Amino acid sequence: MNDPILEMRGVSKSFFGIKALRAVDLTVYAGEVHALMGENGAGKSTLMKILSGAYRPDPGGEIRIEGKPVRIEGPLGGRAAGISIIYQELSLAPNLSVAENIYLGREMSRSGLLARGAMREGVGPILERLGADFLPSTLVAHLSMGQRQLVEIARALHARSKILIMDEPTTALSAGESERLFALIRQLRAEGLAIIYISHRMDEVYALGDRVTVLRDGRLVGSLDKQDIRADAIVRMMVGRDVSSFYKKDHDPEAGKGHPVLTATDMADGQRVKGCSLTVHAGEVVGLAGLIGAGRTELAHLIVGAAPKTSGHLELEGQPIDIRTPGEALEAGIAYLTEDRKALGLFLDMSCLDNINLAVIGRDAKLGWFLDRDKARERADRAFAGLSIRAANAGVPAGGLSGGNQQKVLLSRLLAIAPKVLILDEPTRGVDVGAKSEIYSIIDNLAKAGTAILVISSDLPEIIGICDRVLVMRSGHIAGEVRRTETAPLTQEDIMALATGTEHLDA
Amino acid sequence: MPDNGSTQAKAATANGLAAAQETKRQRIRLLIRAAGMLPVLLLLCIGFHYLSEGRFFTGQNLGIVLQQAAVNTVLAAGMTFVILTGGIDLSVGSILAASAMAGLTMSKLPELSALWLPVAVLTGLGFGIVNGALIALLRLPPFIVTLGSLTAVRGLARLLGADTTVFNPSIPYAFIGNGSLTLIPGVASIPWLSVIALLVIFVSWVVLRRTVLGVHIYAVGGNESAARLAGIKVWAVLIFVYGISGLLAGLGGGMQAARLYAANGLQLGQSYELDAITAVILGGTSFVGGIGSIWGTLVGALIIAVLSNGLILVGVSDIWQYVIKGLVIIGAVALDRYRLQGSART
Repeated sequence: MNDPILEMRGVSKSFFGIKALRAVDLTVYAGEVHALMGENGAGKSTLMKILSGAYRPDPGGEIRIEGKPVRIEGPLGGRAAGISIIYQELSLAPNLSVAENIYLGREMSRSGLLARGAMREGVGPILERLGADFLPSTLVAHLSMGQRQLVEIARALHARSKILIMDEPTTALSAGESERLFALIRQLRAEGLAIIYISHRMDEVYALGDRVTVLRDGRLVGSLDKQDIRADAIVRMMVGRDVSSFYKKDHDPEAGKGHPVLTATDMADGQRVKGCSLTVHAGEVVGLAGLIGAGRTELAHLIVGAAPKTSGHLELEGQPIDIRTPGEALEAGIAYLTEDRKALGLFLDMSCLDNINLAVIGRDAKLGWFLDRDKARERADRAFAGLSIRAANAGVPAGGLSGGNQQKVLLSRLLAIAPKVLILDEPTRGVDVGAKSEIYSIIDNLAKAGTAILVISSDLPEIIGICDRVLVMRSGHIAGEVRRTETAPLTQEDIMALATGTEHLDA
Repeated sequence: MPDNGSTQAKAATANGLAAAQETKRQRIRLLIRAAGMLPVLLLLCIGFHYLSEGRFFTGQNLGIVLQQAAVNTVLAAGMTFVILTGGIDLSVGSILAASAMAGLTMSKLPELSALWLPVAVLTGLGFGIVNGALIALLRLPPFIVTLGSLTAVRGLARLLGADTTVFNPSIPYAFIGNGSLTLIPGVASIPWLSVIALLVIFVSWVVLRRTVLGVHIYAVGGNESAARLAGIKVWAVLIFVYGISGLLAGLGGGMQAARLYAANGLQLGQSYELDAITAVILGGTSFVGGIGSIWGTLVGALIIAVLSNGLILVGVSDIWQYVIKGLVIIGAVALDRYRLQGSART
């Protein structure tokens, strides 16, 4: 192979005596997509921040770019060294135009005045090369998430970066947008850029990765070349042990089947949800699949009263029930785990204890008002033990926990009400492999105990791994159902056909 | 490799030591955070004592400081509830004036004069609930709503006394304005105004830290959307906090009326809202809501009172008092932000 564009040798970083990175070696070549994987806290973001100049590595290590040793210092250091990072949360100013964002910090001026016209012309060729379907003068606020990502990439190219680091770039993208991004990444690779691609998603790594490097506990576990990339090998490297049954499904849907717990009929909100009906039985795990934007989350919001419905009615254990607010849903025993844990779920500044007890403190209160602190502590301790939440103690703010532990804290809040129906919206998004496996077994145990569970997920292997049957939504309707039978397992193809509508392609 | 084991053992002890040091450092950080602005308050007190040649720490002067801090402490307690939800109440000074006017007017009615204090408090509560209802039910921004009521209620306060000063030298319960509670006869006493202020702080602490409502207040301030999805009646929490802020402004109006035996709808309580907000911010409560404590607010209110009192003791002209107070406030908060760097947010 040709000479490496980026070489890291023995790079370490410690914070207050705790080693976040231990003597990591990483070699990246021009024209390759180098996937970087690892559980949350494995050191991926520390490594990235060293490359961007946000952190200074401990003395002793060495970073070479195109063979020359470099020191990357300060937030502009990375860019100066030819490295651009595209973060999960994009860093664009929505109130400025595309051209202004691309030139941000390096604006062109003529005799002290902003040269808007010249800037627009300057970004034109790059946008064209990327196949952008918007103008340099468009306000970023008017762009979709996928288009915004394109602007970020354009910014990196405009700065003549040779190394592009992408941190979970598809989290906010629809399936179509992701496909376009992949095509673009392949194009950039062909043009000779080195791309470091950080992702939790195995299918993306299969599709794109030329090599995979796995980090665990701040150490480099190893690298795999394209022909050796296999899910079980990667998971074993990430977790450090064999994950024999990653997806856990021991519960028997037939045993619990009998009485329908939740029946929703003709649910609609006049916009994204156009008349959906579904039934979830006791002890079964029903998947709700579909493309992003198909209306799955919106349907869940209608069921729990988080959004006003224009039509539809609910039955809980055979009884009609009227739910207008999430509070009423919780009281009735219908719990909803939001897909957006940080914005809609947790109180990041509040303790884990308060977060876990929030839904039941009213019921537990003494004299109707006063907190029962002993009960709250007991419940938090039980949750910590039962769901193996890892934190110093229940008093620490939830915001300081890792994604997986935050998710378990949020889940504990819902489980505290002993729900009859549990609606889980992307239950393992942004959660590391170890915690994922634990969450699957929690779901499995709840189903065994008779809870009716509806799982919304964009992760098809997950849906297939844990669900008994799958409902597929497409543009506001339930497009169909895929069942697991003795002879035929659930397949991604069947689900995707319903989700994209390709089964009607001939018509 | 014979010494592999011992190297590992050494590494383990080093790690253990580092971890122990880290927990110790964290504990110190927590302690500093809990103490908040208390060290600043103590430094100010000691500094003024020294600069005024020993006139600060006298029983009489401390009584004056406590009395001067009392009304602002009460207003700031209400403001703490509001700011904890991420809101703001600019109307407390005007509500204080209107409540004092309503109370004094009532106190001049012969048969009903004893009811003047409840009338003052309920007037404040009424205005507060109107604020809260506009914010919670019509979803208007708190800054705009209370900026409006700052002006409108000021007008109503003037209307109540036909734009004159209302006097009542024989107002019932005048003792709460000027009397003191004797703790040890002849040695120690504490002004009734301060007793009320401390009671308000204590009750606020109970509500915020020991009741369901308190958790809901922090939750609404920390993440309103999540609170709604968690089944919290956000509208009820908002009406409550603005209601409490109004009620405490009404109580403050009663305290002022009892102290002065008089009230003037135009002048009373002018820009009190700024002192109350300052006390809350000095106390370390986050302006975006969700973080803060009522004890911090008490310390903040005391810092303001100590500053005013101390600068007078030292003989600084009142023009320079403004400048110095402003700078101390900015400096104290800058120190606080510096101290809290690295915590989730400010």
